[in-house]
Amino acid sequence: MTTAAVEIAPLGAAPPASRQRWIERFAGLGFAAPAFILLVLTNLAPLAALAFLSFTNYELGALDFSLVGLKNFNSALQDPVIRRSVTNTLLYVAIVVPGGVLISLLVAILIHQRKRTRSLYEVIYFLPVTSTLIAMATMWQFLLHPTLGLVNQVLKSLGLGPTAFLSEPGLVIPTLAAIGIWQLIGFNMVLFLAGLSAIPRDLYEALDIDGASHPVDRFLKVTWPMLGPTTMFVTVTTFITAFKIFDTVAVMTRGGPGGSSEVLLYAIYLEGFQYFHMSYAATLTLVFLAFTLVFSVLQTFVLDRRVHY
Amino acid sequence: MHQPATILRPSAPVAIRIRRLVSLALVHAVLIGGAVFMLLPFVFMLTSAIKPPGEIFEATFRLWPRQFYGWQNFDSALSTAPLLRFLLNGLIVCGGILIVQLLVAIPCAYALAKLKFPGRPVLFSLVLLGLCIPVQAPSLPLYIAFAELGILNTYLSMMMPFFLSVFAIFLFRQFFKSYPDEIIQAARLDGVGEFEIVWRIVVPSAWPAIAAFSIFSVVAHWNDLYWPLIVVSDTKLATPPLGMMYFADSELGSNYGALAAGATIITAPLVIAFLIARRHFIAGITMTGIK
Repeated sequence: MTTAAVEIAPLGAAPPASRQRWIERFAGLGFAAPAFILLVLTNLAPLAALAFLSFTNYELGALDFSLVGLKNFNSALQDPVIRRSVTNTLLYVAIVVPGGVLISLLVAILIHQRKRTRSLYEVIYFLPVTSTLIAMATMWQFLLHPTLGLVNQVLKSLGLGPTAFLSEPGLVIPTLAAIGIWQLIGFNMVLFLAGLSAIPRDLYEALDIDGASHPVDRFLKVTWPMLGPTTMFVTVTTFITAFKIFDTVAVMTRGGPGGSSEVLLYAIYLEGFQYFHMSYAATLTLVFLAFTLVFSVLQTFVLDRRVHY
Repeated sequence: MHQPATILRPSAPVAIRIRRLVSLALVHAVLIGGAVFMLLPFVFMLTSAIKPPGEIFEATFRLWPRQFYGWQNFDSALSTAPLLRFLLNGLIVCGGILIVQLLVAIPCAYALAKLKFPGRPVLFSLVLLGLCIPVQAPSLPLYIAFAELGILNTYLSMMMPFFLSVFAIFLFRQFFKSYPDEIIQAARLDGVGEFEIVWRIVVPSAWPAIAAFSIFSVVAHWNDLYWPLIVVSDTKLATPPLGMMYFADSELGSNYGALAAGATIITAPLVIAFLIARRHFIAGITMTGIK
């Protein structure tokens, strides 16, 4: 929709400007076409279909289906499983976001000041990001075993009673959240380290001259304000990641015990791909989308301003 | 790495030197405590993989087993589950996704950055919109479509939803935008076609962005469980995380030593790749900075 009138002919172009314009249009359309077709096929059309499905009673393999209006939305509102899933997901997010952001900020600040040991710590803290979460979740399951697990043996030696981390309803979400944080710290830490190295040194020197060189002063007066954009970005991406919790639930708890670790994405997976209640799962996906959309838009906005070359 | 000098100057008064030593010890105590938490499952996995069944859950934890049982564990892991097949599947799926992503995103990003064509603003808005859609959102209709087409349980069904990476388009567009127009114009004057300009002139200069995106893409898809779990039911096609899930569910799930050996085999490729190319990994993640 760039009108040809606004275009300025390239300086001293040997081929006539009109010919160049024609080539650009032709090439531009050709280069963009595969991406555009895939965008329609894998994103736009599915989203339209998703919205349509949520107003029907379609089930996979059904011969016909009909429009049912807001029935799915109504059932979702009244479904105790869905309510619990939303509550559990929000609880998980409420632990992982502050935990995942603040701990990685602390780690980044401490590592940033190291000279000889920095790369060693960097590797250790980043390791979980590259590991396959499913394999590691299985190991966490062993470590947290109520009687045989290493964690409980340590607790016992400290005189603390055995704790059933994954089978006690009140503990299962905090435990999964701790594992979620474990997996996230390295990623966020790397982003914070990049932010920290972008802070101009003379700001700290100015503080020294003012005599306010206490670490707390340094943090509050320089580090924290200068890290603002990074913190914002890390918080937003952490929120989105946390909201998508699925892997650990699927392999460690399957929503149990007694539904105390049911989360939204796992509920969608069960309804849609295990029970084939497609229309209902479509409704739940829209709910999921609504929850993440605000943060995704924020992320895109921040990203658009952050990526400069 | 390049820190202002915080070395202990011998001339500093004793009280200050002591305070610095204490704070240094405190910092390392916190970092080491955290490191233990980060490494715990890895260490447990590696030691369990070489322990006989009876020793894994002993009351006192030891790093090295009394009886080395590594060969048996790895042997039974490899003979019960097609673990190497899972790794190969992961390689095929990640490689296929990455190649198509690059082939599709690079020309599109170039067009968005450097060419004037009708529909460009609309397309760029759609790319920004696409950045806001989590991959799980279109999965249900895609699944139905794949079921109707009869292509569930194929490599294609595992890769197809990810062929388009709007993030790649976005990242490369930002990178291409800063490429000097004069060079492109000069190439055009020499009669070089747009196709060649993209692949032989602009792309080589965007190598850091392409490497960064590639790392990001491979890490994400190698470890993805959600989509393979949905479209694949044939064990032979399982990617590493899905294979690990089958593996833990099978009767072997109670053979903890073999399970730990299997987890080691599944986890090793990416972790080793990371340890070798650490700098590029971290630079890549920093640059892409998104999940």
